[in-house]
Amino acid sequence: MKNIDSFSHTRGESIYLDDIPLLQGTLFAAVYGSPLAHGKILSLNVSDAATMPGVVKIFTAADIPGINQIGGIVADEPLLAEDEVHFNGMPVALVVARTAAEAYAAVKKITMEIDPHPIVTDPRVAKQNGSLIVPPRTFKIGDSEAAFANCKHVVQGTAATNGQEHLYIETQGAYAVPLEQGAIKIYSSTQGPTAVQRHAADVLGIPMHRIEVDTTRLGGGFGGKEDQATSWAIYCALAAQLLKQPVKYSLNRMEDMRMTGKRNPYSSDFRIGLDEDYRIQAYEATFYQNAGASADLSPAVLERTLFHCTNSYFVPNVTATAYSCRTNLPSNTAFRGFGGPQGMFVIESAIAKAAEQLGISAAEIQQKNLLKTGDEFPYGQIAASEAEACWHKAVREYDVERMQKEIADFNATHPLLKRGLSFMPVCFGISFTKTPMNQARALVHVYTDGSVLLSTGAVEMGQGVNTKMIQVAAATFAIAASRIKINSTNTFRIANTSPSAASATADLNGKAVQIACNKILERLLQTAAELLEASAEEIEIKDEVIYHAGKATSLTWTKLVMETYLKRRSLSEHGHYATPQINYNHAIEKGHPFAYHVYGTALTTVTVDCLRGIYTVDAVQLVHDFGSSMNPIIDRGQIEGGLLQGIGWMTMEEIVYDAEGRLRSNALSTYKVPDIYAAPKTVDIHFLETSNDNLAIFRSKAVGEPPLMYGIGTYFALRNAIKAFNPDSKVNFSAPMTPEKVLLGLYEKLVFQNYTNETIISEKIESI
Amino acid sequence: MLKFILNDTEVSSAAAAGTLLLDFIRYQQHLTGTKIGCREGDCGACTILVGEIIEGKLKYHTTTSCLMPLGNATGKHIVSIEGLNVEGLNVVQQAFADEGATQCGFCTPGFIVSLASFCISEKKPAYEDAIHAVNGNICRCTGYKSIERAAALINQKMQQRQQQDPLTFASENNIVPAYFSSILQRLTQLRETTCTPSQPVAHKKKLGGGTDLYVQQHEEMVNEDIDFLLNDHSLNGITVQGNICWMGASVTAADMAASPVFEEYFSNMPHYIKLISSTQIRNMATIAGNICNASPIGDFTIFFLALDAQLQLRSGETIRTVPLRDFYKGYKQMDKQADELLEKIFFSLPTGNAHFNFEKVCKRTHLDIATVNTALLLTMQGDVITAAGLSAGGVAAVPFYFSQASSFLTNKKISAGVLQELLSIIQAEIEPISDVRGSATYKRMLLQQLVTAHFLKFVPGAEAKGCL
Repeated sequence: MKNIDSFSHTRGESIYLDDIPLLQGTLFAAVYGSPLAHGKILSLNVSDAATMPGVVKIFTAADIPGINQIGGIVADEPLLAEDEVHFNGMPVALVVARTAAEAYAAVKKITMEIDPHPIVTDPRVAKQNGSLIVPPRTFKIGDSEAAFANCKHVVQGTAATNGQEHLYIETQGAYAVPLEQGAIKIYSSTQGPTAVQRHAADVLGIPMHRIEVDTTRLGGGFGGKEDQATSWAIYCALAAQLLKQPVKYSLNRMEDMRMTGKRNPYSSDFRIGLDEDYRIQAYEATFYQNAGASADLSPAVLERTLFHCTNSYFVPNVTATAYSCRTNLPSNTAFRGFGGPQGMFVIESAIAKAAEQLGISAAEIQQKNLLKTGDEFPYGQIAASEAEACWHKAVREYDVERMQKEIADFNATHPLLKRGLSFMPVCFGISFTKTPMNQARALVHVYTDGSVLLSTGAVEMGQGVNTKMIQVAAATFAIAASRIKINSTNTFRIANTSPSAASATADLNGKAVQIACNKILERLLQTAAELLEASAEEIEIKDEVIYHAGKATSLTWTKLVMETYLKRRSLSEHGHYATPQINYNHAIEKGHPFAYHVYGTALTTVTVDCLRGIYTVDAVQLVHDFGSSMNPIIDRGQIEGGLLQGIGWMTMEEIVYDAEGRLRSNALSTYKVPDIYAAPKTVDIHFLETSNDNLAIFRSKAVGEPPLMYGIGTYFALRNAIKAFNPDSKVNFSAPMTPEKVLLGLYEKLVFQNYTNETIISEKIESI
Repeated sequence: MLKFILNDTEVSSAAAAGTLLLDFIRYQQHLTGTKIGCREGDCGACTILVGEIIEGKLKYHTTTSCLMPLGNATGKHIVSIEGLNVEGLNVVQQAFADEGATQCGFCTPGFIVSLASFCISEKKPAYEDAIHAVNGNICRCTGYKSIERAAALINQKMQQRQQQDPLTFASENNIVPAYFSSILQRLTQLRETTCTPSQPVAHKKKLGGGTDLYVQQHEEMVNEDIDFLLNDHSLNGITVQGNICWMGASVTAADMAASPVFEEYFSNMPHYIKLISSTQIRNMATIAGNICNASPIGDFTIFFLALDAQLQLRSGETIRTVPLRDFYKGYKQMDKQADELLEKIFFSLPTGNAHFNFEKVCKRTHLDIATVNTALLLTMQGDVITAAGLSAGGVAAVPFYFSQASSFLTNKKISAGVLQELLSIIQAEIEPISDVRGSATYKRMLLQQLVTAHFLKFVPGAEAKGCL
């Protein structure tokens, strides 16, 4: 089934936040952010701004009727700064004006005096200063210290991954409309409507039942609108409540980039120990997560780093410790993969470094250590593994032996072009690691004309979840998808939702839809049984026709619906689903946190232009464990999109903050995401259809996040290509691999002391 | 009153001529299919079609409406996504739906508009051109592979076009709505009833394509008193007189790319052009604007520095000529008075025994600003260099012309030793700084590599031997 939004998307008729028709009297908000990254507020001067044309009101923390707090996991994040500022761009005042242009003009007139405090942007410095968001966490299995003593080969080092700007093409935004009885309706471009509702209630000092949050769809989220959509929604709600007028705020790109957090950068230490057969016997890692100014979701991101610190490998002795470090940057946050990619990069670096020292290919170590069914993860869950199936399928399907030979031949005949190949196996756990969040509800109405209306807690942001929800209802009722409509996500229809995140949205909400539909179906079948004078077990619906004992009857879906209504049976149901089997004990860091794991292996081939230090990704060929895909068009799109986002993170996407904590890569002109020419020339996806039972909806495994991590393969393929040109290259394990790092990796000998250059270049000319 | 046709409707607006088309379309006409992604021409979500009559023919190109003021729309046909809608889905839209080429959908209208321009282009349809049409459109969801598949489907359909007029074919084949066939006549009528633009006045702000001015001074520009140079036909055109090529101030990058003159004298032109900006921006951005923006990494500036281009500046009736190589006096400082207009650019076309090459490296190979770019023109007699012009961007406060290095090369034969010496001279001439595009060390190293690349391109057989 094609994405149900294709029609309105391609015609430009889909409605995003900024497209909602405005009510009369709508005002516009803009935030004034701190000009310094750290300090004590001495004074705030808004009087010049207040007299600017069109300005209605300027709000500060003092105007907040409830509590000035929006921290989700830790209460450490004020909506508006009060005494101190903690990052450059931290919201301090809220201007409301008659037009957006007037609001922005007034923001420029606000000034503040700040007593500057030292600015920390490096997580390791923050750790040294004892500046942690939450206490450190350690995952442990076996005894790594003792195991290292028995290892034949021990290798250690450091690895670092930079942040990543979400760059949803639709910026953050919200529109709040005051309703009667002190209620308020907030249209919010959020992945977490309930988070908006809960924090808005706190800030406004009113109960949650007065706050209706409505989300039709997002123009991209990727984690960036899981927690960080909240503040913008509350600014609008606050102003709307206090001014009794609708208030809108749709951020411009530079505001969005400056004021919102990104993927958490990490700096990490590793030590890996192998036996004489290259089996990994011991692994230790210490992760320093750059959390930014407040907790946001960083503690949960940190946890997932630990869950995925051994990626797709079985390691019997592991000690992994993670520190969430407070720095003077915008609070970093969820981003597709949610700490998993950061953890995987480190063990892949450890393996690559070990392979280099042993003079073997990393693939040899990777393959020997793939998880097998029955192996235990460091957190105690037992694997039901497809890791080897994916790996071996990839080797056969894509004829790795031939690829390797072709690359070797190419490299031997091209002095200034080098190809590199990498393997990237991925194992990713599906479920919110905070067990209570693994629940969802769906409301299903069947109307007397046979049409069906669904409401769920799922937010459509391009991942196709709404299409999948309709597929679930259509399959359960055995009716045409065209009879089914899905509502916007709304906290007055579905309460207490979990955010659309953790790749689990289709599973959780799909199961809830299935449960609700099945309950209605039961009543429909009961009616049919009565009408056909049969037992309900003999009745089934196929293609909108009611069958009795395998034979079509004259009873149709629409007739049956009406008959059921006439019998005064409910045609509505509220389904509730909670993932079974999962549990986790934080005290001992053991349990069964994931409903299941998703596996896959990607082969990446790159070509480096060793003269210019630029490169192309020639091919990514992968085998992915889909379980049994319920929508191959949508699922393929998730793989292709996640992959390129991962490649972007590993290559051109470079976040640059200066020492003062100012974002230098603050626009699309300075922060580059992949364009169409940057996509790999070839992306081959082999669907590994697995028949094992799993907890996914229709056994169709979650597909949102896992493919992002295939992108890590590009980093290592580039590294291999650099090594093919310069075997002595000391290129660090530091992502992204920008053209700058590539060139410096290719020619480490070149130094520019007194502007004199040595060797290399003349060699090149002579080699022609 | 500004008059133009928006989709199927003639509009006249009293809004300031500096108002951006994007804001006009979305917030005054309430056509919300055109999206705002970045407001600096870097994402393509606001892509629109601009149709104008050129030499009696109606021709369309794409632009980003976030950088196009109403003043540049006068007398033209402006098409937003809504203006491409037919009953059901058109061919482009259907291909996107079939291939799952839309996920969150926010960038989608921009892609559809860009591909519509591919479909109504006069060029014989080819898959590569369909991809080039969307090279200014960023999608964060799909990874582009499904968009490539959709483009292939669209191109397949386009192969059915034989000798028909592109617009006729498109309106008869569910690619664009039927009303497109009436536009030529309606636009002709509109132009007849629209008064000609006023003569340039000294104090007005002069605006070419606006692709830099609107990025830098977006809020101020809206209410400026603007002289729209693109509407002044005396500033159009690329002509050749003798050995001299003349380019008017309103010549765009796209004009240059399509020019038979450049095609003839610069065999690698398509490759260079692909490295510079995007289709949408090249359709608006002028060469003169690139020069007057004075960015130290302006691609065309570097290109023309190597060619020793001359600038003709006019103030009222006074005309003077300044070599581009002497034009920059410091960071963003030019030898140009506020009331002077860069009216024409001219340069000697390279002779038969000349070699020209342009190199550019940035974080993202395409649609990005250079970390370092460089151009070299060598005129040879046998194996001796008789004249050289070397330029580079990103290595100094101004677009840099290497006067010492260029004169060093004169009367030399190319050899490893000469190159070695040249690279030392270059390093002494430049002063790169570390910034978001790269460290100073990297820029030094990169320039060295790119200058080497110039020479590798010139050495016969280098490519055949697989060295490049």
